[in-house]
Amino acid sequence: MTADLNCDGVSKRFGSHVAVDALSFTVERGSFFSILGPSGCGKTTLLRMIAGFIEPDAGDIVIGGGSMRGVAPNRRPVNMVFQQLALFPMMSVGDNVAFGLARRGVARAERTRRADAMLERVGLGGAAHKRVDEMSGGQRQRVAIARSLVLEPTLLLLDEPLGALDLKLREHMKIELKQLQAAFGTTFVYITHDQSEALVLSDHVGVMNHGRFEQLGTPQDLYYRPQTPFVAGFVGANNRIVGRAARSEGGVVEIATSDGWVIHARGAGTIAADGAVEGFVRPEVASLGRSAEELPAGQPRHAGRVQSVLFDGANSAVLLQESRTRREFRIALPQTGQFSDLKPGEPVFFSFDPERAVCFPARPGAEGRDG
Amino acid sequence: MGDLARARWYGRLSLALLLAPALLWLGALVILPHVELATLSFRQRVGPHQYVASLAQYRTFFTESLYWHVFVRTALMSVVSTALTLVLAFPVAWVIAKIARGRAGSLLFILCLIPFWVSETVRTLGWMILLRESGVLPALLVKLGITDVPVEMLYHDATILIGLIYTSMLFMVIPLISALESLDNALIEAAYDLGAGGFAVLRTIVIPHAAPGITAGCIIVFMLTLGNYLTPTLLGGKNSQWFTEQIYTQFITRFNWEQGAAFGFLLLGLSTTLVVAGLKLAGQSFGDVMRRT
Repeated sequence: MTADLNCDGVSKRFGSHVAVDALSFTVERGSFFSILGPSGCGKTTLLRMIAGFIEPDAGDIVIGGGSMRGVAPNRRPVNMVFQQLALFPMMSVGDNVAFGLARRGVARAERTRRADAMLERVGLGGAAHKRVDEMSGGQRQRVAIARSLVLEPTLLLLDEPLGALDLKLREHMKIELKQLQAAFGTTFVYITHDQSEALVLSDHVGVMNHGRFEQLGTPQDLYYRPQTPFVAGFVGANNRIVGRAARSEGGVVEIATSDGWVIHARGAGTIAADGAVEGFVRPEVASLGRSAEELPAGQPRHAGRVQSVLFDGANSAVLLQESRTRREFRIALPQTGQFSDLKPGEPVFFSFDPERAVCFPARPGAEGRDG
Repeated sequence: MGDLARARWYGRLSLALLLAPALLWLGALVILPHVELATLSFRQRVGPHQYVASLAQYRTFFTESLYWHVFVRTALMSVVSTALTLVLAFPVAWVIAKIARGRAGSLLFILCLIPFWVSETVRTLGWMILLRESGVLPALLVKLGITDVPVEMLYHDATILIGLIYTSMLFMVIPLISALESLDNALIEAAYDLGAGGFAVLRTIVIPHAAPGITAGCIIVFMLTLGNYLTPTLLGGKNSQWFTEQIYTQFITRFNWEQGAAFGFLLLGLSTTLVVAGLKLAGQSFGDVMRRT
């Protein structure tokens, strides 16, 4: 596979703050790559370095086989869709799309033709004469993408472009973006703090924290095989249980919390005997039952009491309190409607397969913080 | 009288009271003198205390080539001065609005403002101290060996322009700053990202965005320059040939109020014509320009 983007030891510091820390990664041609991280993790700095607005302190960025060192943003084979889209309000939609072509010296008739054709492809045929403020949020989004794609860039950078949209439109644009990327085959580099966007859209995701990638892999990798406690906590919902590794047998660690609850989870990384650990159990991994007999055989069983029912259609869940320690534990409700009459205060039982839960050596300072 | 009617009456009364100062000012200091001047300009003195309606004052203007000449010269110099002020003020406004951040921006703006705490007369005299034959700058040039003898730098057209630009700079900088501050930096970056160079960004993004501010600044500066009396007179001396001087001469020296009034109206006509022409040229509407600055 050929790489469209290759970052090699890219670093950037602002004063004493390291924004991007010796980052190396490769993005394959035609793929959808997302950088997922909380705000302040350095993802915007990284994107702006790829676009050329910030010069890295160290390392090299190679785009389409050419080093970008000392290449100005207007000379890079890269275009960017800005967070607030940055459409030019003083121009018509057609002129916005034709802007880059005009800068390349394409003749007027030709650039009108190409801009019209591009607007047609993104489903905005005939909108060329409209003013930018006549377009809806979703349409503007498409204009911004058309404006970049008409230049046939090697890379299209997207800086949280869905952040400004309302929820319903955001869900819709997510699908549309994925389809557009598939139709054009352009390499997309997308940054977001929304894990659902990253999971739905991407072929590969880099989870970024403190200027480094915690893990780089497919969405399935991140979800099912997180390699660090940060990834386990950041990607998807998770019950987090902090304790000590009381025993370890066949790769399964027995975690004992300070208040005396014992759970079992698959160990990841080197776990020292009696070392501090963080365990993670996804809400959909656990089974729920009104009696202990309903639970799958062979799994350690726990008792609890319903604290609240969180109804959200297909994403409904129940929040429990473990009987002895009163720790909160979240379990996804099955779609069968079996537990639709669950009431707060009701005693229940739950269990989960230790192989599908995971535990890591605790991060420094992580002890005692449950979540 | 019902409560509603009473409330409405009070509403009207308070509105009238609020508007009263502005209306008084407009009536007593703008409309009334202009009506008086208009009547003055359309009459001719045929004997002591004897006047007839006539266009003689306006005829004199068109037949006497000196008046004509000064009129056109004033207009051209004002246009040139306005254009130069724009060219010089634009980078200043850009730095204050876009490059200098926080305190540095405020500091630079205060630096622009401080000279205006001193009266225009004193500032112009300052220029005279710098530029006159026995002044600071000619002496410096001799000392540096650039000229053999001190050169008289006053009483040139260039000197008048320097003075005029200096006087009107602030009135260009302020509307430009507010126009440029409202320009989203992402637009500049987006244009740059799409392949535009510095000049293309300026031409396609910055200037169209700042157009109302540019137009407003140009209108203010042009009117101030055209109607300026002090600066051209002090810095240009006899050579200044500024139209306001002609008006002053007619009113004060010649005591020919009829002629002076006619000149005044011609100047008003000139500024109106040029401002309208400028707006047409820039594709702006006056209301829009004034609203957005």
